[in-house]
Amino acid sequence: MIEALFFYMFSAVMLGAGLMVVVSRNPVFSVLFLILAFFNAAGLFVLIGAEFIAMLLVVVYVGAVAVLFLFVVMMLDINFAEMRAGFQKYLPLGLVVGGILVFELVAAIYGDAFKGASLPAMPEISNTRALGNVLYTKYMYLFQVAGLILLVAMIGAISLTMRKRPGVRRQVIAEQNARSRAESVEVVEVPVGAAARTVHTVQPSKREG
Amino acid sequence: MLELSLSHYLAVSAVLFALGAFGIFLNRKNVITILMSIELMLLSVNINMVAFSAYNGDLEGQIFSLFILTVAAAEAAIGLAILVVFFRNRGSIAVEDVNMMKG
Repeated sequence: MIEALFFYMFSAVMLGAGLMVVVSRNPVFSVLFLILAFFNAAGLFVLIGAEFIAMLLVVVYVGAVAVLFLFVVMMLDINFAEMRAGFQKYLPLGLVVGGILVFELVAAIYGDAFKGASLPAMPEISNTRALGNVLYTKYMYLFQVAGLILLVAMIGAISLTMRKRPGVRRQVIAEQNARSRAESVEVVEVPVGAAARTVHTVQPSKREG
Repeated sequence: MLELSLSHYLAVSAVLFALGAFGIFLNRKNVITILMSIELMLLSVNINMVAFSAYNGDLEGQIFSLFILTVAAAEAAIGLAILVVFFRNRGSIAVEDVNMMKG
């Protein structure tokens, strides 16, 4: 009973947020609605007993991906109003395609195949532990490949966005280490008394000014 | 109605998937919104996976949902990086302008 109420609440908010992601005028709002949708999906996952995936969704999507989106939206200087020029034109086609998709999927789901299914009893061990038992044994190689994918994505993103700007002074440590005494220190012959005179004449006027 | 079943979750995920597809059609010019729509579709696939996994009492669906999450994160990072580079070169992110590789 209360579970069903929570299900309807989470899914209604999630679908509403998903709609707002799509139709929102301002992409910053789109990203924020995306975050809301992810939070509600995490709620659905908790409801169904997949706590680990729910927490992962919050950490990875809300914490990383959505913030990345927000960062990019704010960094790019784009006139988003003119981007929506074809909005009215594409609306009927989008509605038709979306409607057909919903109709097909729901028609497939509301057959008899999934009717009687009910949630099996929770196992004694926690969801995280059960997932770990499977992930680190049977799917060890896939797990490592997932890590490799993330590494490649990280390297790719860094190498794509790194750029050499002309006219910017950068620290080159190899050059700093390779400096010799000859090019960095110069011995100057100072006449006797000249340094003291300049110090005495310059400093008081600086203080007053 | 008040008794939850697998088809409830599947219906929600179907509607979310259709919303993602709708968003791709609707925002043809704006790559950022298209990427967000793709994230919505991946989320709906994840809901499907987790729902089937929970109702069948089989954890493998959740494992694969974890892998989908990984790939989605990688895809978002690479996609946004390409977007930033493209914006730097062209000063726009409109999909119609992406024809630099045309011969």
